[in-house]
Amino acid sequence: MGDYYDDKDLERFAEVGKHSPDLFKKFSEWYSASLKEGALSKREKVLIGLAVAHALQCPYCIDAYTKDCLEEGLNLEHITEAVHVASAIRGGATLIHAIQAHNTIDRISM
Amino acid sequence: MEFVETLRKHDCHPLKASRLETLQVNVGYKCNMSCKHCHVQAGPSREEIMNKDTMQSVVTALANSGIRVLDITGGAPELNPHLRFLIEKVKSLGCHIMVRSNLTVFAEAGMNDLPVFYRDHEVELVASLPYYLDKAVDRVRGEGTFKKSISALRILNNLGFGVDAGGLKLDLVHNPQGMFFPPCQARMEEEYRRELDKRYGVSFSSLYTLTNMPLGRFRKFLQERNKLDSYMDRLRNSFNPAAVEGVMCRYLINVGWDGTLYDCDFNQMIGLQLCKGVPKNINEFDAVSLSSREIAVDEHCFGCTAGQGSSCQGAAA
Repeated sequence: MGDYYDDKDLERFAEVGKHSPDLFKKFSEWYSASLKEGALSKREKVLIGLAVAHALQCPYCIDAYTKDCLEEGLNLEHITEAVHVASAIRGGATLIHAIQAHNTIDRISM
Repeated sequence: MEFVETLRKHDCHPLKASRLETLQVNVGYKCNMSCKHCHVQAGPSREEIMNKDTMQSVVTALANSGIRVLDITGGAPELNPHLRFLIEKVKSLGCHIMVRSNLTVFAEAGMNDLPVFYRDHEVELVASLPYYLDKAVDRVRGEGTFKKSISALRILNNLGFGVDAGGLKLDLVHNPQGMFFPPCQARMEEEYRRELDKRYGVSFSSLYTLTNMPLGRFRKFLQERNKLDSYMDRLRNSFNPAAVEGVMCRYLINVGWDGTLYDCDFNQMIGLQLCKGVPKNINEFDAVSLSSREIAVDEHCFGCTAGQGSSCQGAAA
């Protein structure tokens, strides 16, 4: 069996639009607009993209946003800190659910 | 050729010089370093060095042409034994002199008085410093080079380089440490200024961001990773007609170590000669015909016209 992920597939992203072009066009416009410089700088936006890419563990996005970060002049210190933020929030989001387990125990225990 | 077609599509063909402000002289390919991105493929074993006679021709050309700026590059220009001769002669003509220095050369034997010599001749230094962090720089330029560069910057700051707006100029050059494009020059300059001051207490005049050209060692790096085509595609797709206006070949002429004239240092490295109808050697220098010459182009020219553009003085657009 071949690899599930191939970096060349990222260049084929637009092929997704063959089957529902209107939806893909809307997605593409929305995606481009959301990444344009606004109240947040381009640099802040690509760092958010990088952190989300790691939280979602999307190899395509990690590739793309790491390069974008470097092209914004960011370095390994910035990138590693951003991934720590994503990881910490992911970890915290898991950990806070311990309260749910505690609540369940309280609810079903004598 | 695709670059010519692209120029034609944007009404920029043929690309012509607009004036002749700067004489850029490559005084040799010898260098104390072997940086991974070097388009010259300079290094300690290179033997191509400009001799004193050719330097005298450079001085004569400057004296007769009215060009007021000499831009000295290499290799490490300091490893040419006649560099001081060239600077002294050209300074006496009243020209402004720039030297593209790698900074680490000051730590080599017999070089420790060079910073004072540069100060005394009011040389503008354009120094490579690909980033403001040690690991990023050492990865591209070799172990320990960042530390040497910072020591050199401190010496230069103490002599008055890069300290006051109206004083001796010390410019830094940033280039990406891989197959990606440089960041916005103005924002990167701010960041260099803040970080170099905070971390090392050093200052500089201006920062230039350059695109890595698909030539020399960087081209080999791309080929080894099978990425030359994708890098070239990105350069082509990022063509910016506004950058064409500011590319340095439009107001500079480049001289090779053997006296041959080229449109730029990149053309020199691939042996791309000047177009027909203009002198080909420094001994036949004619500023009038060269100042409106047609510029010889090839696919690597997409490197200078991509995105914010890239010229010897940084962003071109």
